[in-house]
Amino acid sequence: MATSSATERTAAQVDRTVPGGRISWGRVLGLAVLAAGAFVFLFPFYYMVIGALQREPNPGISGAFPNPANLTLGNFGDINAEIDLVRTLISSGIFTGGVLLGTFAIGLLAGYALAQLEFRGRSVVFNAMLLILVLPFQLFMIPLYVVIVRTYGLADNYLGMILPFAVNATAVFIFRQFFIQLPRELFESARIDGASEFKILRSIAVPLARPSIITALVVTFIGPWNEFLWPFLITKQQDLQPLAVALANFISTVAARAPNPAGAILAGAVVLAIPAVIVFVVFQRQFVESNLGSGVKG
Amino acid sequence: MAVSAPPGGRMRGLLGRDPIGYAFVAPYAIFLVALFGYPLALSVYISFFDYFFAAPGAQVARPFVGLSNYAEILGDPVFQRAILNVAQFILINVPLTVVLSLVLAAALNAKLPFRVFFRTSYYIPYVTASVAVIGVWLWFFSRGGLLNDVLGPLAPDPSWLVSEVWAMPIIALVVTWKQLGFYVLLYLAALQNIPRELYEAAEVDGAGPVRRFMAITVPGVRPATTLVVILATIIGANLFTEPYLLTGGGGPNGASMSPVLLMYREGIEQGHAGYAAAMGVILAFAVMTISAVNRFILERD
Repeated sequence: MATSSATERTAAQVDRTVPGGRISWGRVLGLAVLAAGAFVFLFPFYYMVIGALQREPNPGISGAFPNPANLTLGNFGDINAEIDLVRTLISSGIFTGGVLLGTFAIGLLAGYALAQLEFRGRSVVFNAMLLILVLPFQLFMIPLYVVIVRTYGLADNYLGMILPFAVNATAVFIFRQFFIQLPRELFESARIDGASEFKILRSIAVPLARPSIITALVVTFIGPWNEFLWPFLITKQQDLQPLAVALANFISTVAARAPNPAGAILAGAVVLAIPAVIVFVVFQRQFVESNLGSGVKG
Repeated sequence: MAVSAPPGGRMRGLLGRDPIGYAFVAPYAIFLVALFGYPLALSVYISFFDYFFAAPGAQVARPFVGLSNYAEILGDPVFQRAILNVAQFILINVPLTVVLSLVLAAALNAKLPFRVFFRTSYYIPYVTASVAVIGVWLWFFSRGGLLNDVLGPLAPDPSWLVSEVWAMPIIALVVTWKQLGFYVLLYLAALQNIPRELYEAAEVDGAGPVRRFMAITVPGVRPATTLVVILATIIGANLFTEPYLLTGGGGPNGASMSPVLLMYREGIEQGHAGYAAAMGVILAFAVMTISAVNRFILERD
C-alpha cells in the first residue's frame, strides 16, 4: 500500500537522522503521542489569540481559523477602556517586583545561613520553612485577612498585597540546596583573611550562585504575577488591582457591557499571559532544572 | 554535621560556631513568625469564638463558643457538598494526571527529535495565570461554543458550565490540563533515576515493552506518584479561581462549590471569621491526614 510504505519510509528516515534508534514504529508512536500532547496544550493559546482578534465573536468551528475580514485590534481598545491595561500592568509589576525583591534580599541571606553557617536553632527555621511548603493556603486565608486588613490596616495597599508572599519558600529552598553543596573550605581562607561574613556572601557566594538565583527568581515571578485570590481579597479600590484581579472582576461582573465580551476578555487574557509565557520561554532551562531538582529529591 | 565547641569561649559553644547566622536568618525568621506562625495560632484561636467582622471602631462581643463552629460546619449541607465536590475532583484529576503525565514523560524520555519544543509546550499552561486560561475555556465550553458546535445535537442541555452534572468534571479537566506539564517534568526526573540495566536485563529475559513499562517504570516512579497524589489533594482542597470564575460562583445549586469559595463567602462576605477559620482548620487537617495516609500506602514497601 502506498500510504503504509510512505509511513515506513519516514520512520526509517527519522531513524537515520537520530543515531541509536532501533524500533522505528515505537519512535513514530512516541512522536505521535508527543505531537498530540503539544496540540492539546497549545491549541487553547492559539484559540485565545484568534478570539482576541475577532471583530465578531465566532465560537464555531470556522472561528478557529483566521478570517482576514473578521480581524481587528479593537478588542484591546475595549478591554483597555474598562480596566486600564497600563495601570493594572504597573500594579501587577509592583506586586511582583516587591515579592522578587523580598525573596532575593531576605531569602538569599536565609538560604546561605541555613546551608553554610552553624548556629543553634538552625534546624528549627529550616523545618518551619518546609512546613510552609506543605501547609495549604486556606488555613491562612482568614487569619491573614484579619491580621493584614484589620490589625495593620493594610487593605488597598501594596505592602499588604506583597507581605504574605514576600519571601518565597521554594526560592529559599533552592538557595539552601545550592549553598549546601559548596565546600566550607571555599569560604575558609576569606574568613582567615578577616573578611566579614556579609562580604563573603556578596563577593564569593552570590557570584557562584548566579544560576540558582535566576532559577529561584523565575520560579518566584510566576506566583504573584498570576495570583488572584489574595490581591482579590484585599483590594476593593480599582486603581490598585493587578491585571489578574481586574480581568477577573471584568469577567464576573461587567463583561456583558462590552460590545464583544468574549473578544474583550480574550484580549485581556492575552495581555495577562504574555509576560509570564515570555519569562518562561526565555528561562525554560532554569524551570526544568528546578523541577528536576525537586523531583530527584521527592 | 556535628557541632564541636571551639576552644574560644562559652558563648560560641552556646550559640554554635557562627553566631552571625542569627543576623542572617533573622529577617526570614521574623517573616515566618509574623505572617505564618502568628496567623496560624490566631486561626485556631478565633475558630473557638463567635468572631465576626464589625465596622472599624465598633465594640462587639465575641463570645467563646468552644467547638460549636466545628459542629455547625460538619452538619452544614453546603460544606458537605463542597467536600464531595473535592472528592469528585480528586477522583477525576488523579488517575488522569498519573496516566497522561507518565505516558508523556516516557515519550519525552525516548530521545526523540524536538524534545525541547514539546517539553516547553507542555509547561506553558502551568506558568499562565488561571484567570487568563479561564477566559478561553469559558468561551470553549460556552453554550454556542466550539465544543458544542463540534458535538452538534450531542451537546448537553443545560450546557457544560451551567450543568449540575458537568460543572465539577469540567473544572477537574481544566485544572488537570493546566497542571499536567508540571507533573510531566516530575515524572521525567523520576525516570532518570531508574537504572538502564534493569530494562536491558528484562529485555534479555524476553519481556516486551508493555511488560517492561508495568514491571520497571511504574514501580520505579512510585515516589513521584506519591507526590502527585498529595499535590492533587492540596490543589483540590484549595480550588477557588475555577469554581468562582468558570462556573459563575460555585455552579448551579453549589454543584462546583469548593471549600475555599465557601470560606470566602462565609468569612469575608458574611463576616463570620470564626466559622470560616474553623473551616480552614478542618480542611488543613483533612489534607494533611490524606497526605500522610497516601505516603504510608504508596511507600509501604
